[in-house]
Amino acid sequence: MGTTASQLPKDLLSEYQELTFLTKQEILLAHKRFTELVAKEDRNDPSPRVPMSKILTLPELKSNPFRKRICHVFSTSESKDGSLTFEDFLDLLSAFSDSATLEIKSHYAFRIFDFDDDGTLDRGDLEKLVNCLTGETDDTRLTPEEMKQLINNILEESDIDKDGTVNLSEFQHVISRSPDFVSSFKIVL
Amino acid sequence: MLTLFYHRKHLQWGHERQNWTMEQWKKVAWSDESHFLLDHVDDWVCVCHLPAEEMAAGCTMGRRQAGRGSVMLWAMFCWETLGPGIYVDVTLTHTTYLKIAADHVHPFMCTVCKNSSCLGVSGSLIPADAESFRCFRESQEFVEKYEGALGKGKGRKLYAYKVMMMKKWMKFQRDFENFRTACIPWEMKIKEIESHFGSSVASYFIFLRWMYGMNMILFGLTFGLVMVPEALMGRPYGSMPRKTVPRSEQAGAMDFAVLWDFGGYAQYSVLFYGYYNNQRAIGWLKFRMPLSYFLVGVGTVAYSYMVVIRTMARNANRDGGGDDTSFNFSWKMFTSWDYLIGNPETADNKFASITTSFKESIVEEQESHKDENIHLTRFLRVLANFLVLCCLAGSGYLIYFVVRRSQKFALEGLENYGWWERNEVNMVMSLLGMFCPMLFDVISSLENYHPRIALQWQLGRIFALFLGNLYTFIIALMDEINLKRREEEVVKYNMTVWQASLYNGTVDDNSTTSTIPVDPADVPRGPCWETMVGQEFVRLIVSDTMTTYITLLIGDFLRAVFVRFFNYCWCWDLEYGFPSYSEFDVSGNVLGLIFNQGMIWMGAFYAPCLPALNVLRLHVSMYLQCWAVMCCNVPQERVFKASGSNNFYMAMLLVILFLSTLPAIYTIVSIPPSFDCGPFSGKKRMYDVIQETLENDFPLWFGKVFSYASNPGLVLPFILVMILAIYYLQSTSKTYKAANMDLKKKLQTQNEENKKKNKRAALKAEAELEEARNAVMDGERNYIHPNGQLLSRIPPPCGSADRPPAPRGSEMAGYLPGNPRQPGPRRQRSTNSHRY
Repeated sequence: MGTTASQLPKDLLSEYQELTFLTKQEILLAHKRFTELVAKEDRNDPSPRVPMSKILTLPELKSNPFRKRICHVFSTSESKDGSLTFEDFLDLLSAFSDSATLEIKSHYAFRIFDFDDDGTLDRGDLEKLVNCLTGETDDTRLTPEEMKQLINNILEESDIDKDGTVNLSEFQHVISRSPDFVSSFKIVL
Repeated sequence: MLTLFYHRKHLQWGHERQNWTMEQWKKVAWSDESHFLLDHVDDWVCVCHLPAEEMAAGCTMGRRQAGRGSVMLWAMFCWETLGPGIYVDVTLTHTTYLKIAADHVHPFMCTVCKNSSCLGVSGSLIPADAESFRCFRESQEFVEKYEGALGKGKGRKLYAYKVMMMKKWMKFQRDFENFRTACIPWEMKIKEIESHFGSSVASYFIFLRWMYGMNMILFGLTFGLVMVPEALMGRPYGSMPRKTVPRSEQAGAMDFAVLWDFGGYAQYSVLFYGYYNNQRAIGWLKFRMPLSYFLVGVGTVAYSYMVVIRTMARNANRDGGGDDTSFNFSWKMFTSWDYLIGNPETADNKFASITTSFKESIVEEQESHKDENIHLTRFLRVLANFLVLCCLAGSGYLIYFVVRRSQKFALEGLENYGWWERNEVNMVMSLLGMFCPMLFDVISSLENYHPRIALQWQLGRIFALFLGNLYTFIIALMDEINLKRREEEVVKYNMTVWQASLYNGTVDDNSTTSTIPVDPADVPRGPCWETMVGQEFVRLIVSDTMTTYITLLIGDFLRAVFVRFFNYCWCWDLEYGFPSYSEFDVSGNVLGLIFNQGMIWMGAFYAPCLPALNVLRLHVSMYLQCWAVMCCNVPQERVFKASGSNNFYMAMLLVILFLSTLPAIYTIVSIPPSFDCGPFSGKKRMYDVIQETLENDFPLWFGKVFSYASNPGLVLPFILVMILAIYYLQSTSKTYKAANMDLKKKLQTQNEENKKKNKRAALKAEAELEEARNAVMDGERNYIHPNGQLLSRIPPPCGSADRPPAPRGSEMAGYLPGNPRQPGPRRQRSTNSHRY
């Protein structure tokens, strides 16, 4: 552990507090966890980038079926490889924190579920989403008929303008009525 | 793309300035840049067409791939004048943007602000680029640098001061928030558990922490207002009979076994009711001890009611409106994953439970009912309920029997019996509480209910069991109280005889003194039923705590150790086979906690040490259970989500609170206190202490007013008014509910209407499209050049009626009011535009 690298400057810390929903302790913890992930040779880099494969080794994300999507959504990398800088990482934790509002949470949830990044949830996205939720093994997977039925039901409920896809405002409309979305859309380090 | 930071920044900026007047806004300079294209249109048009329909050739537009000539201009203005227009010859990013701003804003402000003080520059400086932090820092530096220069004269200092104070205040608020989160006990521990086991297990620990906080307050009340004053200012130990161990017990009063049973020195201490003196005021503070004792007893109950109901109301507010079931499938889809799950096994269980819930709801949707073999199911359910009732009755009888037997033992003297006879009641109650739920679990497998309904039944049955046990215990206790009171009569009679004999014996020797120095340990005394009740409850709590801890150690820890280490040399797989690791039983643990609290409420009046004991118990539980969960439990097979059950637990707590205050209040109101022990000795009823205080410590008129107020003639109408008020509130809430339903229905019909309208519009557009296409066909036929080439035409206004108001690609549009147009979104748009 680098003695100087693991310390956040004070002004930066207060700035991060101002800009995120996180408290001081959480930011420091996040920084500690993040520096553990940074490769040795990148330690001297002022803003190191951690590749997605390393981020996914975090136990908090390891068993999450949406882990890759989460990395992609929060990554600001040009090459779209899902790698995160520390500030991206903070952005992620902030969106998943206790105090983030429903609006922010639902917006990011929408982007996570939007597998092809086209701004709407179409049948393909929904199918991928169901597959993520039911796990990889064959015995938990739904049959094609069940899948079709399920997606039809979902579109019936939430596709208000009947264009065959769920867009952001429809999605937020559905989510905002849900009693336990805010309490479960959380990641704590 | 606007990130979260900028939403907050923009919003904050807006909030700070929402009360600005026109005059203030006149002093703001506005700036923006614009992009002019020389020969083509950069924007894009949405076209509505049916899925099967081909693209009309006329609707598409060509795009020039290279050499697009464009000019970007940047300018600023304010109320009084226009600033210079600047030609931007590079791509506009945050760095170039800042450079422009730095070069031009300051001179502009200097020219404008000669006569008036200007306040600042427009919020357009807040960048909206992805490389957020660096950019933000630069702009902040810039603003800080020129902040002072922008104001002039008097306003400048004031402004600088204001800004400074604002910053200080924000920092203080942040520090305070940090401090507050650091003060929440066990926060990190609970979060760790939450990330391993999901939110339902964590909800138990949060509940435990909540209970701990409430008990802390109760402990503070009894400790600070009852125990400490009596210990410091009351008469010391040994000064009077009630504060002394009787001679017959003195030999073994310090033995561990006696102390463990809360006899001996523990019985004659501030821990129990009997020790307190009935002196009206004690110490130099003139502390009204009996009054304080009574008020603390009442206050404990009142505070508990208040806290429970307040928490319930807050919970209800938080998840209000969750009763809407119109999004059943969507919720299952979008909100069923618990992102806190960090344990692979929990995740696997969650996958399985999500799949089953999907399948179940699909099946439910397909066929509402399939009632094959309904008679068998019915029979089995009736049988199960019969068995459960038998269990309940059996356990009730067992407890009654044991308590009666223990009275017999007590009459004959406990010295002749061993440990089991002495602790029989508590052990039997604890064991019943341990084994009956398991039995219920086995029985409920007969019923073949849906797991969630089965869980509710299970909870209800355990609740009934505990309640039954508790009430049998109380009824047995009541019997014992009556017994003691009869004994008391005898003692009272003997006492007068004894006193007479004492006087008679001593009159001959010494006739001058009326009081004879008798050692208080030798004075005969009554049985003091209050202390007995307190002792029973304390013993019950202790044995219950011990059973819980021992079950934890054996059932969880030893089982886990056995499974873990004997798995290497066993015939079958222990980890996945029969014993396996134990699951954390949330509902059982919560019920245990609730009943424990009920006993505290019941017994706290007669044993002021109970809240302290409970705090200790909860404290140890917290650490022990956290450790046990993390080291030897596996995640639950059926992962329930925490929300929704919170208020269920709270409601049970409220019921228990009510049921446990009933017997306590009954004893206080209807049974006269013992004549020679406790703060109320010598009074007819315990509540007489209020009357006494009113008469002695308050002016005469106050007592009069009070006696008028407590007159049935006033109380009855008051109760009537209260009932009417409740009725009124109930009926208004009913009407509100009805109105809500009406509105909902209206919304739904509106929705349907909209849908229909949309459909009609779509059909119309389709027809128009058809026409237009025909026209194009005709046109094409007409416009065919002699060479056979198609001439380009202006695209027909097809689908323009259905063009959405905002382009799809810019998701953030409308997200923030007054969101300044930035290069960011525009760049974003170009990546996913042209959805033809």
